Amino acid sequence: MQKWLKSGSPWVWLTAASVSISIIMVIGLLLLIAVRGLGHFWPADVHNFEYLESNDQVVKVAGEIRNSERIAAQQIIDSGIQLETTEQWVTRYLIKTGNRELYGIDFRSILDPLISKRSQDTAMMVLERHEWGNFYGILKQVKVDGKVIAEGDNSWAVLQKQITATSEIYATIHDIEQGEIGSINYTIERLRLKQRGLELRGKDSPEELGKIEEERQSLQSQYKVLQDELKSHYTELNRASLVAETIEGKSVEIAISKVVLAYQPNGMTIFGKIGFYLHKLWEFVSDDPREANTEGGIFPAIFGTVMMVIIMAIMVTPFGVIAAIYLREYAKQGPVTRIIRIAVNNLAGVPSIVYGVFGLGFFVYFLGGNIDQLFFPEALPAPTFGTPGLMWASITLALLTVPVVIVSTEEGLSRIPKSIREGSLALGATKAETLWRTIIPMTSPAIMTGLILAVARAAGEVAPLMLVGVIKLAPALPLDGDFPYLHLDRKFMHLGFHIYDVGFQSPNVEAARPLVYATALLLVLIIIALNLTAIAIRNRLREKYKSLEH
Amino acid sequence: MASALPPIDSPASRHHRKMRRLKDQLAKYMIAFGGLGVIAAVALIFIYLLYVVFPLFLSGSIEIEARYPTPAHSNSQTLLLAMEEQTEIAVRFDDTGKSTFFNTHDGSVIETVELALPPGAKITSFAAATPHTRIAAYGLNDGSAVVVRHNYKVSYPDDIRTIIPFIDYPMGEDPIIIDERGRPLIRLAIQDGEEMSMIVAMTDDGELLVNSGEKEVSFIDDAISAETETFSIASDLGNYSYLLLSKEMDIVYLANSKGDISVYDVTDAEYSEQIEALNLKADIVSLEFLTGDISLLVGNSKGNISQWFPVRDDNGTPRLTKIREFSLDTNAITGIATEHSRKGFLAIDEKGQVGIFHTTAEKTILREKLMDVAAKTVAIAPRSNAAMIEDQQGNLAFISLHNEHPEVSWTSLWGEVWYESYPEPDYIWQSSSASNDFEAKFSLIPISFGTIKAAFYAMLFAVPLAIFGAIYTAYFMTPKMRSVVKPTIEIMEALPTVILGFLAGLWLAPMLETNLPAILAMILLLPLSVIAASYIWHCMPAYIRNTVSDGWLAGLLIPLVILVVWVSFSLNYPLEALLFGGNTQQWLDTELGVSFDQRNSLVVGIAMGFAVIPTIFSITEDAIFGVPKHLTNGSLALGATTWQTLTRVVILTASPGIFTAVMIGFGRAVGETMIVLMATGNTPVMDFSIFQGMRTLSANIAVEMPESEVDSTHYRVLFLAALVLFMFTFFFNTIAEVVRQRLRKKYGSL
Repeated sequence: MQKWLKSGSPWVWLTAASVSISIIMVIGLLLLIAVRGLGHFWPADVHNFEYLESNDQVVKVAGEIRNSERIAAQQIIDSGIQLETTEQWVTRYLIKTGNRELYGIDFRSILDPLISKRSQDTAMMVLERHEWGNFYGILKQVKVDGKVIAEGDNSWAVLQKQITATSEIYATIHDIEQGEIGSINYTIERLRLKQRGLELRGKDSPEELGKIEEERQSLQSQYKVLQDELKSHYTELNRASLVAETIEGKSVEIAISKVVLAYQPNGMTIFGKIGFYLHKLWEFVSDDPREANTEGGIFPAIFGTVMMVIIMAIMVTPFGVIAAIYLREYAKQGPVTRIIRIAVNNLAGVPSIVYGVFGLGFFVYFLGGNIDQLFFPEALPAPTFGTPGLMWASITLALLTVPVVIVSTEEGLSRIPKSIREGSLALGATKAETLWRTIIPMTSPAIMTGLILAVARAAGEVAPLMLVGVIKLAPALPLDGDFPYLHLDRKFMHLGFHIYDVGFQSPNVEAARPLVYATALLLVLIIIALNLTAIAIRNRLREKYKSLEH
Repeated sequence: MASALPPIDSPASRHHRKMRRLKDQLAKYMIAFGGLGVIAAVALIFIYLLYVVFPLFLSGSIEIEARYPTPAHSNSQTLLLAMEEQTEIAVRFDDTGKSTFFNTHDGSVIETVELALPPGAKITSFAAATPHTRIAAYGLNDGSAVVVRHNYKVSYPDDIRTIIPFIDYPMGEDPIIIDERGRPLIRLAIQDGEEMSMIVAMTDDGELLVNSGEKEVSFIDDAISAETETFSIASDLGNYSYLLLSKEMDIVYLANSKGDISVYDVTDAEYSEQIEALNLKADIVSLEFLTGDISLLVGNSKGNISQWFPVRDDNGTPRLTKIREFSLDTNAITGIATEHSRKGFLAIDEKGQVGIFHTTAEKTILREKLMDVAAKTVAIAPRSNAAMIEDQQGNLAFISLHNEHPEVSWTSLWGEVWYESYPEPDYIWQSSSASNDFEAKFSLIPISFGTIKAAFYAMLFAVPLAIFGAIYTAYFMTPKMRSVVKPTIEIMEALPTVILGFLAGLWLAPMLETNLPAILAMILLLPLSVIAASYIWHCMPAYIRNTVSDGWLAGLLIPLVILVVWVSFSLNYPLEALLFGGNTQQWLDTELGVSFDQRNSLVVGIAMGFAVIPTIFSITEDAIFGVPKHLTNGSLALGATTWQTLTRVVILTASPGIFTAVMIGFGRAVGETMIVLMATGNTPVMDFSIFQGMRTLSANIAVEMPESEVDSTHYRVLFLAALVLFMFTFFFNTIAEVVRQRLRKKYGSL
């Protein structure tokens, strides 16, 4: 015992356990996100229950089991529910029952001992809809213009065909509304600003105004044509409907235009489920969100994140690389470099929210406000750049990630042997030429590493973005077909903020939770992939220069 | 090939060389510029934050814009001076029943209105309601009162603002009869609200009468009709010279110059009663409500103005209590004017001095002598940007006030402040509310406390794990395993905090709530089982022990840790039933008196600890790994065990590095936003309990910044919070960096 204590072995074991715990936490966390995030798209079986309610009535409940937990039986009896059980613990299920327009909420919890019967019906159908969330029930009829066109067994196939047809019309309508009409509205707004600009400069001569008016008229007539086209599409869209019966036997008629997807999970084969799973996964990354971001995809958030990160990268790279070159190649090591290093460390250590505050005050209100005064007076008092937007978010994050690029580039520069610089200088190259022709090409992998790490950091940062440009639902993407194509003044969506917003600000957190896990998984995967790439490049670089040193 | 080059001294060649030299110089300057840009960026952040915060600490100032004789002042005394929003027009009510509108900048009379008084009636008293209602009332000698309002019509013909003043009668032109018996009303008070109005009057024989009217809006034509009733509260009162009615129309204050104050509750005709009678132990020469009508401002003849408001005593009865006192000079206070939407006020005295004060901030903003004779009446503009003072000789001074942020002082930010309606001085952060006369509470103490608390619990979780882990990784672990473990922990650092926060809030917090006993068991069982395992291992025969070296221990322990965690969780329900009566939260509440908040410091500590572990880990690991090998070898050669070498040589040598790591980790925990935002309830409480939440500086900024008005006090205080965070982390990071630079120098010599 004495010897064991003296050897320090218990301490060594404790230190080893710390590493084990850290590793378990990292892996566990990643697994948790992966399981919850990926599980969301798997078509869950729909269960039918007969359930004894507190007023001694038996009700039928159908839905997916979302969650189950054990709670003390006594606690339930205390809350006034009659429960005849000898068990100390009972299981409580959280059932997603859908049909929000009928029940008011999507979920209900039921207690295991009060379930009198449970079954699964292969005909149970799940409808994903544009509004009111999921619908659970059994398909009875398909109607077109109020006339029944299919009933009974073949109605399922007919329904699928109808859904495909209406989805196409829906897509056309979406294209017209968002694309062409959106573009016309945008052009009309630009014309209005142009006119206002002319008035402000006192150049509003009748011919100029006439030109604008003429253009506006032509746009208006185009708009009318599109409007008529839309109207015909809409009548076409609203023709078909379906009749379904809920578990309680209530008959409900639902317009097929409201249906996104219909499937019967209980009857699916394993391959059917895999196909469905992949389809849902694709929909998740490529579609727009629905129902206040709690359903559908996250494409605009991915797009916004990527745009922001690209613009940020364009700004941060030159600044970071130049600063690193100054520190390593030009500056005399002394107080100045020491101060710069302290500054770099502080830039890295300053809380990100402080960057947000600075960005909002300095970039948005100060710079943006002045830009508006100088260049966009016609839009005032509505701000153009004097409001949070893509450009300010990118600049703010560029400032935040500069230290990452500096540190990484410096490390790359320090690994280049002196002999290479001396060789170049000896051959008569100037310092700038040496830098440009030999040093920077050789450092490029290190610069790349820094850039990737900066991108990874920026992609995961949320706090400053909340102040300088991110919103929960952007009406338009920052890149589109309207001049000037890239709209730096627009607000945008962001994956990290999407997680915060949907997970914490959404009215229906329970329904949105799986989607948040999926978004989190996507973000984690992107960031881990970026980091692993950076680590791999760095390691290769080290190996390469090890051989150079001899 | 050589022929392609021009001769060395040809003009082309010379030009080429010149260009190259130029480019080289240019590159040099540009790069230096870029390098120094980093310093510029840090300086810019600091300076800009300072620039926004700075106006908070500017003292106020006043400027006399104009002096002119009081308009229409012959043979009359001023009863009330008031200004409209734009401070272009002012009005003067006098004791002859005239109201005069005049231009504030030159005193020229715009319009004089003779008020509609019944013929033969004499004015015996006057009262003004809360300033923003612009209502005043005259009490007459026949027991009736006339209610008037100075009103303004603003229009923009040809884009030029035009203001037309007029007088109207919100309760009708006919006098309102207060006393059926027709006694003169010698004191008067009035308030007019959206649902009711009230006039309180005292007759010449000391009866206190209340006339209250419930307003009813007709559905047909939006006309307002009032149903009035009059009741008597007290009679045979002595000589009270001040009568005040709060704007909620529930409390009446009566006061005389000897300092006696009598308080009545007038909410209900049947239950009106005297609540309190006291003597202030000082004379009263001036008495006004502070905005909000909760506090009284009492001016005395010694030049002091004290603030009083009711505070509930131990029995729950409200007692008028002296909260704080301001001093103008040593002369009698002749008038007090309170700001319309802030808790500040102006006071004047009989030597012509004026002072600007703010109650919450306990701040005397300025004291200045404006005139050589006694000042008599003072009025403040609705936006607190101008004031008007009349002196005894009938001259008016129109002054502009520059006093943007009176709410902020060292005490209001960092000290205990006794806020209105609070039982005692306290630290409170409550920045905004719907009501206009809300007392903003800008104490940074609760949120700074929350920041430290969150960081403390995070460090409590992270420091042992990270430092122990780093010691093992750097000192014992095999290189092969190290090459896997280090990147894994580095990846941990890259995880976005929004994901950690989301998991903490939506997964960890509910999980901890139901599994609290399991967590307790885990904290106890994990170290014990590891030590027990170590002992069992020690007792094993040597051939088994030698199969696995210390370097692989961390891998070996993973199954053990998982097992212990699993055991703890399966013990959760039995433990809860055994120790805590089946419900831990309830047990905590009843047995220990600790209330349990689902999103508490434990959750934040774990989640934020998770975020700072990698930072501390990797710096510590580098420091320990960087300890020169000859030091450890020397120690081992002298016969020390590996553990002795570690504790006496390695850790001591690496201690500055470990210190740096902890500093940087602490800096990160202090500034972290998303985790605390999502994993706590964000309530700014001052409670160190681990089962309670908190609000931190960073989360506070994230929550309130988007809705704060640009350049308002709130906006600047939030910038101040950011500046505090900046300086805090700047301090820690600079220390860490200086230590690190020293360390590098030291190791360089070893």
